[in-house]
Formats: sequence, structure tokens, C-alpha cells
Amino acid sequence: MLNFELNPNIPTGDLEEKWQNHKFASQLVSPNNKRQFEVIVVGTGLAGASAAASLGELGYKVKSFTYNDSARRAHSIAAQGGINASKNYKNDGDSTYRLFYDTIKGGDYRSREANVYRLAEVSTSIIDQCVAQGVPFAREYGGLLDNRSFGGAQVSRTFYARGQTGQQLLLGAYSALMRQVAAKNVELHTRSEMLELVVHDGRAVGVVVRDLLTGQVSSHSAHCVVLATGGYGNVYYLSTNAMMCNASAIWRAHKKGAAFANPCYTQIHPTCIPAGEDFQSKLTLMSESLRNDGRVWVPRDFDEARSPADIPEDERDYYLETKYPAFGNLVPRDVASRNAKTVVDQGRGVGSLKNGVYLDFSDALGRDGEDTIRGKYGNLFDIYQRITGEDPYKHPMRIYPATHYTMGGLWVDYNLMSNLPGLFVVGEANFSDHGANRLGASALMQGLADGYFILPYTLGNYLSNHLGEAKVSDREPAFKQAESKVDSGTKRYLSNMGTKSIDHFHRELGKIVWDYIGMSRNRAGLERALSDIPALAHEFQKDMKILGSADGLNQSLEKAGRVADFFELAQLMAKDALEREESCGGHFREEHQTPEGEALRHDDDFSFASAWEWTGDPKKAKLHKEDLNFEFVTPTQRSYK
Amino acid sequence: MEEKINVTLKVWRQTSPNEPGFFEIIEANDISTDASFLEMLDVVNERLLDIDREPIAFESDCREGICGTCGLMINGQAHGPEKATATCQLHMRTFKNGDNIIIEPWRADAFPIIKDLVVDRSPFDEIIESGGYISVNSGAAAEANQIPVPKEVADTAFDAAACIGCGACVAACPNSAAQLFTAAKIQHLNLLPQGQAERYNRAESMIEKMEEFFGTCTNHGECESACPKEISIDFIAWTNRDFIKSKLRNPKKANYK
Repeated sequence: MLNFELNPNIPTGDLEEKWQNHKFASQLVSPNNKRQFEVIVVGTGLAGASAAASLGELGYKVKSFTYNDSARRAHSIAAQGGINASKNYKNDGDSTYRLFYDTIKGGDYRSREANVYRLAEVSTSIIDQCVAQGVPFAREYGGLLDNRSFGGAQVSRTFYARGQTGQQLLLGAYSALMRQVAAKNVELHTRSEMLELVVHDGRAVGVVVRDLLTGQVSSHSAHCVVLATGGYGNVYYLSTNAMMCNASAIWRAHKKGAAFANPCYTQIHPTCIPAGEDFQSKLTLMSESLRNDGRVWVPRDFDEARSPADIPEDERDYYLETKYPAFGNLVPRDVASRNAKTVVDQGRGVGSLKNGVYLDFSDALGRDGEDTIRGKYGNLFDIYQRITGEDPYKHPMRIYPATHYTMGGLWVDYNLMSNLPGLFVVGEANFSDHGANRLGASALMQGLADGYFILPYTLGNYLSNHLGEAKVSDREPAFKQAESKVDSGTKRYLSNMGTKSIDHFHRELGKIVWDYIGMSRNRAGLERALSDIPALAHEFQKDMKILGSADGLNQSLEKAGRVADFFELAQLMAKDALEREESCGGHFREEHQTPEGEALRHDDDFSFASAWEWTGDPKKAKLHKEDLNFEFVTPTQRSYK
Repeated sequence: MEEKINVTLKVWRQTSPNEPGFFEIIEANDISTDASFLEMLDVVNERLLDIDREPIAFESDCREGICGTCGLMINGQAHGPEKATATCQLHMRTFKNGDNIIIEPWRADAFPIIKDLVVDRSPFDEIIESGGYISVNSGAAAEANQIPVPKEVADTAFDAAACIGCGACVAACPNSAAQLFTAAKIQHLNLLPQGQAERYNRAESMIEKMEEFFGTCTNHGECESACPKEISIDFIAWTNRDFIKSKLRNPKKANYK
């Protein structure tokens, strides 16, 4: 019987004591017993690589899987801005409690206090660990670590490595992982995609993977399974995610009984380069710091055809400065994003497709000179020019919001274990710490906290209850059934005599999800999505076309399964968004806003995490609730007027 | 401004590692100059599918020049004609209407072809496995600010650490040497105070592992000009110094500095 009681297993005691108490109360596994336990870790991003490396160091026998050709290529590598930690090196009033408070508030009071406090608590150890690994963080001339303020935080707690913090942190975790591979504590399988989770006697006991080069499908059993497979932003087709990012690992675990929590919480980043024509394959994020000096505007005239330099001041609408005089162009991400959508929807967008807004540096260039601006943003201006062919020193940039993070994911308790015993979920793949909205520079923090400092304790506690037990044989029927499910799926895809590519359907799905389950949602749109998506899914199953065979590299075949899962997940997102009759963080329901147009929460009715049970049809998923109890902070309404 | 151009592609096709490969000529018409090079290949692949021909296999992931997954020889140049540009960052506005574009996979014995434009770069992982890390277990780290690192040291280490492991250096080298990749990885750690304890062992074992797979460096410098992250060949010189010192020391004693 599956368990949907969703006990968060929060330790008792004061906030400051919970994690310490819990660690002490956790059962240990002695060093010689650790050798007896096998652990599967899927994914080699920050969370997966740090988890696999740490578990290997402890002496567990780890198998690590990635679909990339090397563990170093996971999409954590693309994170730009930085990683938060409450070191208080600047002596500016930061503390564990302040980082906790900012994160809980930033998440719009939709996350679990105990988890968030623990995240803030271990944040400082992450920086120590990364520095010891050789991560070349930015330093001051005295040789000590530099910090900056990020994403509107009032303290400078963000550690960074130029604009490539994610790359450097991942290289650190990857090097730790490769050290364990060399020590034979971790067996690394590259170009291997997990296609099924295997559940036996109500416990997660293994996975079925496909070797992407040979097509061979194989079973792997273990004492427990850790998913670190990232977020589902690519459900939108166009996002800042990498091309291969997908939800299949967590979605297939969901279909085996793991509750999927808060799927409607997705984050849209306001400053990305707008989409071009249909051939566009991804969106590129431009750091938010640009809003410090750029002014956002659109023409007042709906039929404006002049080039921006020829449009006089009084015919420009600096809509953020007018509407939010106190914060102006620096309003939070979601507010900036929604306002851009409003003016573009009105038909006042800029560019040949009228799908962007101007971010204009001419005032700053006039005031500070080109050299100063180049010093601050040169790298970003180069990226922009490379992609658009336009020179942002001469013409205003065109920007538009894009999806780049998903707060929702598989439900986990305080131990990072899902409701399926033996299935742990870490990093962006779980729903745990960011509530309805993630703060800048907190994704890297969470991934590494989970992998280096939390999972190694909580996983041991779980395994200590299974001492002396052999792992389930991979010849059990559960494994054979999972393998044959993978085989039959592959056969069906390849025998489908359709006419359209997988990308075609993914693109069409993305348009629906972006229009109706994007930055702004309403009942009619969500209901529309719930009828349009199944219709398109039906067409997808009937009309997809894949050439080639199953027993070799076949990139279209890989995509087919991922897109099929996106079709189901998109419906659950719509259903979740429809049920949540309030606005909070990244989830904005037009029906629920303050007179000023801000997100309006309804704490009395919706102070819970939605955890969905698979029933065979995503439209008929069953809702379970984990109530969020705020013992230590009082939820408040935010305002940026 | 956006234009549409017609280009003729000459693309390497190879169905599997052991089959002989060949160049296929494909007319790519009506390509937007706003498209990236890989988006142009996406468009070509959709058209191939329409006429029942298997799409061209090529790799990419982040498409913003940081993951190092993509990499094509374009008209004989690793990552194409632009400086400091990975294949995914190259745009079609670099090309003119009527251009012929030859597209090949990385060419190196150590990177066998898997299919079409996809190669196996796993020897890079083996080099890292042989010593491309600082041995510190999770939880064993000292307070981060306990060891000051001079800014210029941290910055130079970063310049080396910027390597994305794409393999362009190997593909561009007439000897298929992997010195730039290996040196960047070694110097990132050897320059930092944290990396000193294993400095000479690291240089020795990584260089020797590299030599199992790759050719020998003869200072052509092609690697540096092909590198999308503009990593300097100075790192190779410094690595040679560390390697020679590693050979002169008495490994049982700490007198080798």
C-alpha cells in the first residue's frame, strides 16, 4: 500500500536545535557495514555529484548515472550569479536566522520552516568545502573571499566566481566524484538514461536504464535510490535550461507512487533575450544586474515603427518607473516579468516580432561613459551582440522573461525521502526549500547542501534499519516488468508511422504551457490548457515520426519519451494551478491580486504544499496536503509600491 | 538585420563506429542569419526527416558555450571561424549566401567517432580521475577564509579553470595532443595553496595518463587559438616545469621543493 500520509518528520525542539538533535537521534551505520550497502544516484549535477562523492567517501558502494557524455556537463554548469552563505564576512548583519528568514519570505511562505533553517545552517560549510576543493571564488586584494549583494538582498552574502559560479562549483563536485571513481567507491555510468524506477514491496529498490550508445536496457538494484535529476523547465520548450534537461526520472517515479508537489510553482526570469522564430531552440539569460543601470520602456504608440533612438522621450512609456516609483526598474523578478507581459500583450512589444521590451542604457552611457559600462557589463553586452547581431552600446537591448527554474518537484520529508521508502530526492528535483519562489543564488546552495551535508546523514539513518538485508535481486519480476515496459515503449515509438518530428510537438506543447501556465494564469486559460494539452498529446501519439533503430544512438527516440512525459506533467501543472485559488511567488492567478496588482495569498485556505498522487490520468490526479505550520515566523504580505 | 541565405553543407555521415563514413552534400536553403549554427542543423534535420532520411547526429546541451558538449570542425576549424566561440555560440550571420560549409566531427584517434558528428571524449574523464582533484572529504574542510589566496593567484587559477572540456584543443592540434586541456586542469589546482600537497603527484599522474591516449605537444599553439575560452599555452609551460620537478624528486621524502 502506498503511503500518502505525508508526514514531514520534522524534529522537535527549537528551530536552532532541530538539525543537531536530528543528527544525534539518527542511527549510524558502522564503517564495515557501509560496504554492504549499495546506493544508486541518478544525475551528476551539483546535488547528484556531491551526493555520490560524499556517499562514496563514507564507504557506501555507489552507482552513479548520467545521460551526458561526462559527469561534468550537467546543467548546474550554466548557473551564473553565485551561491549564498551566511558567513557574515562583511559584518553587515547576516546570520543563519536572517538567511532563513529571507528564504522563507522570498518563497512567499510556502516552504517548511525546519528545512529552510537547516539549509541556512549548513550554507557556511558549503563555502568551506568548495574552497578546500579549489573552487576559485572571487577574492579581494587581501586574499580573502569577496561577496556581493544579489537579487535585492540587503546583505552581501553571495559568493561568486566571475559569471560562472555554477561551472566552478560543479567542477569541484565533479572532481570529488572522479576521485571516488578512481578509488572504486563509485561506479560511474555515462550516457545512461534512467527510464524506470523499480519498486518492490513498496520500496524503491533500483532503476532501469538505457545505454544511449548501444540501446541496451539494463536493470540495477540497490538498497536505495537517490534522484538528482533537476527541474522540469523544458516543459515550456523554450527556457534557459539545456537541451537535454527533462522530467522523465521524477515523472516516472511519480507514476510509481512518489507524490509530486507544487508542480505549478515555476520561476520566470525577467531579463532574457526574446525568442526569435520557430527555429529558436533555447533562451539565454542575461544577468539581472543589468536592471541596475538599464531603463525599461516600450513605445506609447501601438503602431510605432521608428527605430528606438528616433522615438522622443514623451512618446516612451517607462512603465516600471511610473507604476513603482520607489523601486522602479529594480522591482522583484515576478513583478518585472508580469509587467513586461502586460505591455507585450497590449501590442506594444518591440522588435520585429513585437515580443520584447527595451532595456535602455543610453542614460547610463551618457552619465558614466562607455568604458565604465563596459567594465560593469562588457561580458553581457558581448553575449547579447553575439546572439542578436545588435550593438547594445548603440541600440537599447530587447529583453523578455523566460522560464529558468522550477520550485515544484517530488515531495520529500525532512530526511529528503519521498513517500516511497528508499527513494531520496535532492536538488532541483525535489520541492523542499524554495516554496513558491526561489531567491537568486539559492539554487546552488540547496543542491550542494543536500548532497554534501544532509543526505549523507539521513540516508544512513534509513539504511541502518536494513542492516544485514541483501539487496533485491535484479531478476525479480519487478525489474523484468520495468524492462519490458521500456522495450515496448521503444518499439511503439519506432513503429509509429507519423509525419511530424518530436521537436514539432514539443514546440507546440511549449506554446500552450507558456500561454496558459506561464507568468500569469487564470481559470479560463487553465481550463483551456487542460483541454488543449490532451488533444495535442493524442495527436503526438498518433503522428510522431522517428527514424532509425533502437540499438544505437538515436536522439529522436530519446526525446520522444521525454516529451511524452512533459505532456502528462503539463496537465498536472495546469490542474495544480487551477486548484490553487490564490497567488503566491511564481504562481500568479489573475483572479487573486491586490488593488495594486500584487500577488494576493490566501493563507487561511492555502497554507499547504500540494502533493499529487498518480491515478493513471494526470487530469484526475488526487490531491494530498501537507499543512505548513509557521511556528517561528509570521507570514506577511509584500508590497513594492 | 535578418536575411535568408542558402548554403551548401558537406557533412560527415557515419552510421556506427566501425562502418566507413562519407561526406553527404546537403543544400540548406532559406536559412535565417539570426539562427545559430546548431539551429541551422536543427532545421536541416527537420527537413531530412520530412524526406525520410535519418537526421544528422550531433551533440549539444546548454547552447550557451559553458557545458562543452558541442564541438564541430567547421571548414577545418575547431568550433568554426570566430574567436573565443563554441560551436553553439556561432551564428549564421557569420556566413554568406552561397557559402560551402564543411562539417566534420573532432578528428583525433583518442576521440573515436560514435555516429556522424558525435565522438567519444571519455579519455578526458580518465585524465581527471588520475589526479584532477584535491583530496578533501566532505566535512573535512577548514574555515574558508583561513588561507588567504592572493587575488592574482585566484584569478590566474580561474583562467585555467574556465576550461569547458570540449576537446577543441585536441581537434585543432596536428599531433592530437591534449596538453592544453591537461595543463589547464593541472594548473587550476597547482596554482592554489589548497593544491600544493598533491602538486607534483598530480602533474606526474595526469601527464602520464594523458600520454596513454594522446599525441605529443610540439608547440604549434593551434590549441590556444581554437580554445573557445582562450586558455593560454603558458599553462603548458608551467605544467612541464611541474612535471620535470616531479621526476627529480625523491618520492619518499619531502625534500623536492
